[in-house]
Amino acid sequence: MLEIKNLHARIAEDGTEIIRGLDLTVKAGEVAAIMGPNGSGKSTLSYILSGREDYEVTEGDILYNGESILELDASERAAKGIFLAFQYPVEIPGVATRQFLKVAMNEQRKYRGEDELTTPEFMRRVKEAAAELKIAPEMLRRPLNVGFSGGEKKRAEILQMALLQPKLCVLDETDSGLDIDALKIVADGVNALRSPDRAVVVITHYQRLLDYIVPDTVHVLYKGQVVKSGDKTLAHELEAKGYADIIEAAA
Amino acid sequence: MPAVQETIDQVRQIDVDQYKYGFETKIEMDKAPKGLSEDIIRLISEKKNEPEWMLEWRLEAYQRWLTMDEPSWARVKYPKIDFNEIHYYAAPKGTTGPKSLDEVDPELLKVYEKLGIPLKEQEILAGVEKTKIAVDAVFDSVSVVTTFKEELKKAGVIFMSISEAMREHPDLVRKYLGTVVPQSDNFYATLNSAVFTDGSFVYVPKGVRCPMELSTYFRINEKNTGQFERTLIIADEGAYVSYLEGCTAPQRDENQLHAAVVELIALDDAEIKYSTVQNWYPGDKHGKGGIYNFVTKRGDCRGKNSKISWTQVETGSAITWKYPSCILRGDCSRGEFYSIAVSNGHQQVDSGTKMIHLGKNTSSRIISKGIAAGVSDNTYRGQVSAHRKAENARNFTQCDSLLIGDKCGAHTVPYIEAKNSTAQFEHEATTSKISEDQLFYCLQRGIPEEAAIALIVNGFVKEVIQELPMEFAVEAQKLIGISLEGSVG
Ligand SMILES: Nc1ncnc2c1ncn2[C@@H]1O[C@H](COP(=O)(O)OP(=O)(O)OP(=O)(O)O)[C@@H](O)[C@H]1O
Ligand SMILES: [Mg+2]
Repeated sequence: MLEIKNLHARIAEDGTEIIRGLDLTVKAGEVAAIMGPNGSGKSTLSYILSGREDYEVTEGDILYNGESILELDASERAAKGIFLAFQYPVEIPGVATRQFLKVAMNEQRKYRGEDELTTPEFMRRVKEAAAELKIAPEMLRRPLNVGFSGGEKKRAEILQMALLQPKLCVLDETDSGLDIDALKIVADGVNALRSPDRAVVVITHYQRLLDYIVPDTVHVLYKGQVVKSGDKTLAHELEAKGYADIIEAAA
Repeated sequence: MPAVQETIDQVRQIDVDQYKYGFETKIEMDKAPKGLSEDIIRLISEKKNEPEWMLEWRLEAYQRWLTMDEPSWARVKYPKIDFNEIHYYAAPKGTTGPKSLDEVDPELLKVYEKLGIPLKEQEILAGVEKTKIAVDAVFDSVSVVTTFKEELKKAGVIFMSISEAMREHPDLVRKYLGTVVPQSDNFYATLNSAVFTDGSFVYVPKGVRCPMELSTYFRINEKNTGQFERTLIIADEGAYVSYLEGCTAPQRDENQLHAAVVELIALDDAEIKYSTVQNWYPGDKHGKGGIYNFVTKRGDCRGKNSKISWTQVETGSAITWKYPSCILRGDCSRGEFYSIAVSNGHQQVDSGTKMIHLGKNTSSRIISKGIAAGVSDNTYRGQVSAHRKAENARNFTQCDSLLIGDKCGAHTVPYIEAKNSTAQFEHEATTSKISEDQLFYCLQRGIPEEAAIALIVNGFVKEVIQELPMEFAVEAQKLIGISLEGSVG
């Protein structure tokens, strides 16, 4: 489903290279975890995948379902099913969460040539998804992410994911800021989306989340490269020993 | 919620030509020759069948105007206007004044239909969900029809063109005309006093709550024609009225002048809510053509506990020079100003308000949202002052500017003056850009760039949109989206 080949990318403004020859393959139905020390390029990778223009790809390619997506802009990639749950969700003052959701869902439908959702159908879906994630209906009336607590923001990201039904879900530290109960609710939300035609990429620092969302593969990112890959046991190893060994081996 | 969706649809549908009201109607016109003189003023007065005192008032204003200079303090630039190259009167042939609906030229009715203005009373009545809105339709220099007059009359409300009011209610007009914006107020207001052609007149008697929204729809159609509208609204003791104003003009290469005067008077315990959605032709993307909108709007809270509230959505015009103001004369009176001013392309906006606190315990509130895109310039200019006797005057001003792109400008020019030590004035101002983070976030959810900007901007102006009557709120949101079309990329 996702094939990243020898990707090199830099910050468009000053030319600093962040991603330095990264290879990663994620198959449909797979859950891949990406771990790695602070500043290793995990969030940057998620931005480049989703088409943020602050970064320039200088070499390599990103294939999604066999086709290069480098020429597509962020909204087209989203409409094709790439979703990013942000590490730091952005506030949109004055725009009610529900309104934002409706616009996003309908824009994606439009792109795919589907009819817009009727208001009752939209309301039904939102209510159902919000209830699953234990999000109070009042919150849907509030401007998106404005004044939301850290955990509420993360839950709102998962709500959007549940409603947009993407094919490739990238979760950037969705576990940070969640209390124990919320972590379980969010993990259940993600697990509910697991299916043979969908892939999930989980960026995290902690094993804790991976206890709930059990990964098929684990990859360690360091200085813009995948320096080690393995199965779920690799995450346990890292939890116990830290990155030192791997970094040394890579150096 | 659906409004935003519609905004996006609307933005989608438009191609290169953003201004959808730019069509011209071929209709036989009765026009005064170009230029301004006492004879032209006599001609206007005669066409309108006005009383003698009105003509004298006009001539007096004209003499005064000849001695005045165009103001130059606003942050706007334009070539000098040749006031002798303008037609000061243009009316569809055979319309000396408004008639009943079945007498109006069907061609004219088509124009308003095309503009989406409901003139047919029956149709409006048939639609169960729609609220009733009475409309006065002004085409170039004359009012062509006023709807729901009979129904309003039953409630005691007078709603008609000002020309008609001058004939039918001369005492009321004479008593109030020019008492808020004096003949000599400023260059454009004085010009307007001399040559004004039509506009609306509203009188809501004591204790009456006007049973429906009143609105005037202004259309400039004829080439090289100035529109000099004059509107006078009086809410007598304890009365309430909500009034809406809309305007459009064809797309032309030449600039056209619109110099209106609006006077509002609220007596004891009365309330007037005045909303404008201004969508005059803004000129093309190279800055050619467009309306010069030089407008004097002022409300007088003459009675105690009276309230006047201005809400404006300014998206059109090449140049906007406009400061709807409140004179808070009555004790405990209140003035409000809610504004959204959008500028794109080469548009120039210099707009704001004045809150003049004269009475005791008067309060005012100013919420201004300026959005600048393209190479436009957007200035908020506001004055808040408390007179010596204005004990406990209160003002809250919030002035937010949003910039789209880096070739436009936003400026805030507040004047604050308190001659009474008990006055409490608060001023907050912010300038921001649509952040890359916000934009990317929307894009990542599948919302294309222009729709994303429309969404973020509609969020930015929400506080003001909420002040508009429902029907206009939807219209205004659409308009903002359309005005910003082409502002990125
Ligand atoms: N737009 C930018 N401007 C300047 N530096 C940037 C920019 N984007 C990324 N970087 C730098 O690139 C490196 C990788 O950042 P990134 O956010 O991808 O790390 P991360 O792996 O997600 O870290 P964390 O675990 O702390 O979230 C960091 O050193 C960061 O400062
Ligand atoms: Mg990160």
